[in-house]
Amino acid sequence: MSATAPRSHFLANGLRRALGSRLAATLAYPHGVDRYLEQFAPTESLTEVRADVVAIDHPTADSVTLRLRPNRNWKGFRAGQYVRLTVEIDGRRRSRCYSPAQSVHATDGLIELTAKTHAAGFVSKHLKQGLTVGTVVGLSQAEGSFALPDQRPARVLLISGGSGITPVMSMLRTLTDEGHAGPITFLHYANTAQDQLYGAELAAIAARFPNVLLLRGYAAPNQGGELEGLFCRAHLNAVPDFADAEAFLCGPPGMMKAVQKLWADEGLAERLHVEHFAAAPAVVADSVNADGDVRFIRSERLAKNSGATLLDQAEAAGLKPESGCRMGICHACTCRKASGRVRDTRTGEISDAGEADIQICVSVPVGTVTLDL
Amino acid sequence: MNTFSSLTPAQFAAIGTELDAIRNRVRADLGQRDADYIRTLVKRQRRFEVAGRVMMMIPPAWPLGVASLGVSKILDNMEIGHNVMHGQYDWMNDPALNSKHFEWDSADTSKNWKITHNHEHHTYTNVLGKDHDVGYGLLRMSEDQKWEPRFLANLPLTVILHTFFQHFVAVQNLHLEEALVYKTKTAAQVKEEFKPMWAKMKKQLKKDYVFFPLLAGPLAPLVLVGNIGANLMRNVWACAVIFNGHFPEDVEQFPESVIENETRGQWYVRQLLGSANFEGGKLMHIMSGNLSFQIEHHLFPDLPAHRYADIAPEVRAICEKYGLPYNTGSFLRQTLSTWKRIARLSLPTPKRPKASPRNSSDEAPAPLAMAA
Repeated sequence: MSATAPRSHFLANGLRRALGSRLAATLAYPHGVDRYLEQFAPTESLTEVRADVVAIDHPTADSVTLRLRPNRNWKGFRAGQYVRLTVEIDGRRRSRCYSPAQSVHATDGLIELTAKTHAAGFVSKHLKQGLTVGTVVGLSQAEGSFALPDQRPARVLLISGGSGITPVMSMLRTLTDEGHAGPITFLHYANTAQDQLYGAELAAIAARFPNVLLLRGYAAPNQGGELEGLFCRAHLNAVPDFADAEAFLCGPPGMMKAVQKLWADEGLAERLHVEHFAAAPAVVADSVNADGDVRFIRSERLAKNSGATLLDQAEAAGLKPESGCRMGICHACTCRKASGRVRDTRTGEISDAGEADIQICVSVPVGTVTLDL
Repeated sequence: MNTFSSLTPAQFAAIGTELDAIRNRVRADLGQRDADYIRTLVKRQRRFEVAGRVMMMIPPAWPLGVASLGVSKILDNMEIGHNVMHGQYDWMNDPALNSKHFEWDSADTSKNWKITHNHEHHTYTNVLGKDHDVGYGLLRMSEDQKWEPRFLANLPLTVILHTFFQHFVAVQNLHLEEALVYKTKTAAQVKEEFKPMWAKMKKQLKKDYVFFPLLAGPLAPLVLVGNIGANLMRNVWACAVIFNGHFPEDVEQFPESVIENETRGQWYVRQLLGSANFEGGKLMHIMSGNLSFQIEHHLFPDLPAHRYADIAPEVRAICEKYGLPYNTGSFLRQTLSTWKRIARLSLPTPKRPKASPRNSSDEAPAPLAMAA
């Protein structure tokens, strides 16, 4: 689904083919055609997915919905998958994963991302407060196996909490667009009715499609939901045939755990499909008590965090990463950190938990760290 | 003159602390301003490049085209390439400005450069036998380098080095002198190591000397000569800037013994003593990739170079406080001083009285060992 709405593309197909030719690559060596193209048309690229922010809404007090128009490299997605969104904040690029919420059949060609801001949410806060219409952002192609199967299940149960609603919202919109005949239950948890994302649209869908049952549970009392309190066994009384359904779950860790446990206890684990929101681990300020693991994903090795620098730990694990000065000068050892926090041995500064390039000779893991090594 | 012996271990430590404080302060302050700066430079470089390539195909504009492409290559190699490959902008997390991925418009591979320059030259700055930039295996740049008859050609070889600088740098890691002069390396070894270097050289040569000329049709010779001119302009300028940074007369070279158990403070002082600045306006600083602040660059190789001008007065004050020289002068003065040294060293050095223990490996500089 790469259909894009009528739009005046900077690049005609012919020009695009010329820019993608080997001759163009030879002439643009070593920087590559994109590095010239972006100087004149920031959203355009031969290979990378980039998008213009075309609209920003604030559906609730602590959330933001972005509508993005991707360039033609966007290959579309399956309902439920996520993308990595890259934005620049004070000169630094930061990436976070968000699940597009639109239907895969949406005809406007836009990607809709909804994020909730929370106290520690550096990027989501920027999306809500710092982003402006017209900004160019980076995107990955859609990723993840949490998605509606191509063969749509007859009975669908969508369970979500908070901003975990976005992938299942995409599933619901996709199924209703397809005129899906089987029963769909949409079980959603929020703190209060005011925090409820997509409230009006959900009500409208439930009213229009008799096969859609909407069950809203609110943590706060008297919110007018069909259910009250956090997820519990009793709530499933409203879904007596839950065991027959393919269930799709996305929400905060506590809720996910409760649902997963119940499904496992019922022997239904393989009918439950889950999407985790990777929550950043808390910062351990005291590095003497080294904990967690160091994961070297490319060489498929795992080591207990010894508290030494990542370079030392990699070498101790039998790896031979590139290295040079071993004092943070030469950047020969720079390596991609997939996740986890590290402490800079020179400054004591503790990094962000997201993906970034780090100098492993002066980085000590703070908790579990995953390296592309 | 043994600057090391005039400092106590406590002073070395204090210098280290003061310089670290500058570094940490600047690093903590990095942000939008630095990102905007480097992106603006990249934008200008791309525009100069495109404009230069186009103008070269329009005969009346040819000289402007050559100059424009020359400027583009200088910006690409110095303020952008050299600095990006140092990791000065890695914190931006932008793959296009990242030391891991950046490739420059030069015959040298970024990979090779990061070994010879970032690691060897910056860690072992001016340490004879460790820092190959001291003479590139071609020239005699220090009294402590044993004289050989081939160094009679020090001056003409320096001219040749300036002319073909990008290619000399590209093959620097082959250590050709080991194969040609000292016979410690075989031709087969050289051939094997040359393969990846040739792969990049070929692409650069093809681009500048085959494809762009062909694109100009009947004007091919004009473009070919123009591209040679632009490359020459960059070669001579880059080489001159680098020479001025490390080889004016008073800049020190060090014996290998200094790096044993060297503390961070001592490393900083060696960087200070092994580098020299030159003065100029903003344009001069940008065109030299801010290597006009070679001292600051060697102290803080991974701080964005456009920040060096801000911190130079503080570094200078620290030098004054501890009685350390801060070698600076006009571009012309530093250039003349460098060429004087090159000329002087083409002849054997007369035996000096035993006043300088620094140059004798028997009498290892005591303060270093003490401070360790």
